[in-house]
Amino acid sequence: MHTLMPAPAIRCANLQKRYKDVVAVAGLDLEVHAGECFGLLGPNGAGKTTTVEMLEGLVVPDGGEIELLGMRWAEHERALRERLGVALQETKLADRLKVSEVIRLFHSFYPSGRSVEEVLEVVELGEKRDAWVEKLSGGQRQRLAIACALVGDPDILFLDEPTTGLDPQSRHQLWGVVAAFKRRGGTVVLTTHYMEEAERLCDRVAVMDHGKVIALGTPRELIASLGAEEVVEFALGDGAAPPSEAALAALPGVTAVRRDGPRYMLTVSELHRSVPGLLAELQRGGVELTALVTHHATLEDLFLSLTGRHLRDE
Amino acid sequence: MAYWRPLWQLTLSRFREQLRQPEVLFWVFAFPLLLAVALGLAFRNRPPEVVHVAVEAGPGADSVAALLNGARSVRAAVEAPAQAAEGLRKGGVALVVVAGDPVVYRYDSTRSESRLARLVTDDALQRALGRHDARAVADQKVMEKGSRYIDFLIPGLLGLNLMGTGMWGMGYAVVDARKRKLMKRLMASPMRRSEYLASFIAARLVLLGPEVALLLGFGMLAFGVPFRGSAVTVAIVVVIGAMCFAGLGLLTASRARTIEMVSGLMNLIMMPMWILSGVFFSSANFPTVMQPLIRVLPLTALNDALRAVILDGASLGAVAVPVVLVAAWGAVSFAVALKIFRWL
Repeated sequence: MHTLMPAPAIRCANLQKRYKDVVAVAGLDLEVHAGECFGLLGPNGAGKTTTVEMLEGLVVPDGGEIELLGMRWAEHERALRERLGVALQETKLADRLKVSEVIRLFHSFYPSGRSVEEVLEVVELGEKRDAWVEKLSGGQRQRLAIACALVGDPDILFLDEPTTGLDPQSRHQLWGVVAAFKRRGGTVVLTTHYMEEAERLCDRVAVMDHGKVIALGTPRELIASLGAEEVVEFALGDGAAPPSEAALAALPGVTAVRRDGPRYMLTVSELHRSVPGLLAELQRGGVELTALVTHHATLEDLFLSLTGRHLRDE
Repeated sequence: MAYWRPLWQLTLSRFREQLRQPEVLFWVFAFPLLLAVALGLAFRNRPPEVVHVAVEAGPGADSVAALLNGARSVRAAVEAPAQAAEGLRKGGVALVVVAGDPVVYRYDSTRSESRLARLVTDDALQRALGRHDARAVADQKVMEKGSRYIDFLIPGLLGLNLMGTGMWGMGYAVVDARKRKLMKRLMASPMRRSEYLASFIAARLVLLGPEVALLLGFGMLAFGVPFRGSAVTVAIVVVIGAMCFAGLGLLTASRARTIEMVSGLMNLIMMPMWILSGVFFSSANFPTVMQPLIRVLPLTALNDALRAVILDGASLGAVAVPVVLVAAWGAVSFAVALKIFRWL
């Protein structure tokens, strides 16, 4: 007996792109399986958009190879375009066209596809079908952009920061649309700098920084690679001498210590042992706690531990 | 047929967008009509006017004024010297008469209305004092349609409008789509580039009919501008003109990333033609050395062809030279624009 590995939906090797003296993508290897949702997670300027636009055939790479659905841009451009759905970062569709008119326009480019009605239903814009694009909210516009990407019934859907700037409700609505596409067997590539989005939506995530992949795996694997499940953050009052980082690292269950001004961050594997130990240590030194928070480790913590920086500067 | 669907949908979108923007409708349809009305009124052919002159106060002034006012074509008023001088300077009177021996006419000989006033006033004064004509003469007055200012103006405005709507219609829309990344989004779909460009041309041709009919119809009905050419010939010249400026508009927009940049470029191209190409006044007024340059401008050629066809009923063959020149401008513009176009 042998298992048949499904052919990758996307494969790229040693992908490179530089703009003048800035290296946007510095040798990227990726493989996206058919039917999975693949996330590119990273801060602004990590090279996420350049990467997806090279995959979408909108930016010509300086070097490297791209293969989508077993085809290449140079030889099969039109066939590929008919099988990809794309939502760019911040496209402003025509202001004074109605929602249904915009979708019908995009529908006309594809030899087959899903009906305008069906797509309106999927993105929950049925009630807005006759509204002008300029009257839509940010979330509705983003769903219209995705409707235009879905109307050709693509095999691969590219979403570049689909929820940036949206309120939580719109974000959840959009995640629902992506999940529904995946249930139909579609492959999704999305970029985001929201770790929550990557954790909720993606089967696998590539963490990017400075044009390179610095970590790759399922969200669970990536978080597990921290060697700890929980994060303890605390801050100290002025006065007595704070504990040394070595002393904190020696506390039971602590796997990593990080200090950012008055704030400390401990990555711990056993919360129930680490917290009492920490409190006892602080009491011995007569130092007062001004804040204490614990949370499950996230991709944000992973990024922080890999780069020493936050995903978003807020 | 499925093959035509993208072009049909793109053209429809383009058309809907234009019709849903009141400002576009104003510039395409209302603006040329307003211009025609305003200029038609300002430069209408009027019956010969009465000449206004001042008689400088002094001995004999009152009797000279009375003699002049006896003539129908002169209105004379006695005024203090300073007042009379001011009137002459500001154009309130065309001539100042100083009574005495000899009678002095004070006027600016470079102003045609002052020279006219000098002739009319002297004639009135001499007649009132008893001069007789040496030979009997008779006047025969003609006013022919086709040679008035408004007749000159309407074909010029048509050419101007074809230039404006062609350039803005292409230029603005292309750069706007590029700026919004709408063009990039369309490039990510299986849409063909040729379909995208063809939709602009198709939408332009659809709007062209009402645009031309409105201006020419208005000129004919409101001002009695003659339409002597064949409608087919006019249509051919108009379509070639519209395509020429659509090509120039596309060329202007081929690289620009911002509306400001394309607006600046377009004004740079259109402003000289507004003035030089014989829209509001004949381009023959410019010095001879400039004529070769002026004649080669696309709007000059288009206006010449339109005037010849509309006012003189010229055949297509008779305007072949300007029409071919216009077509050549269009063809070269399109070719260069496609070569350097920034799609992404």
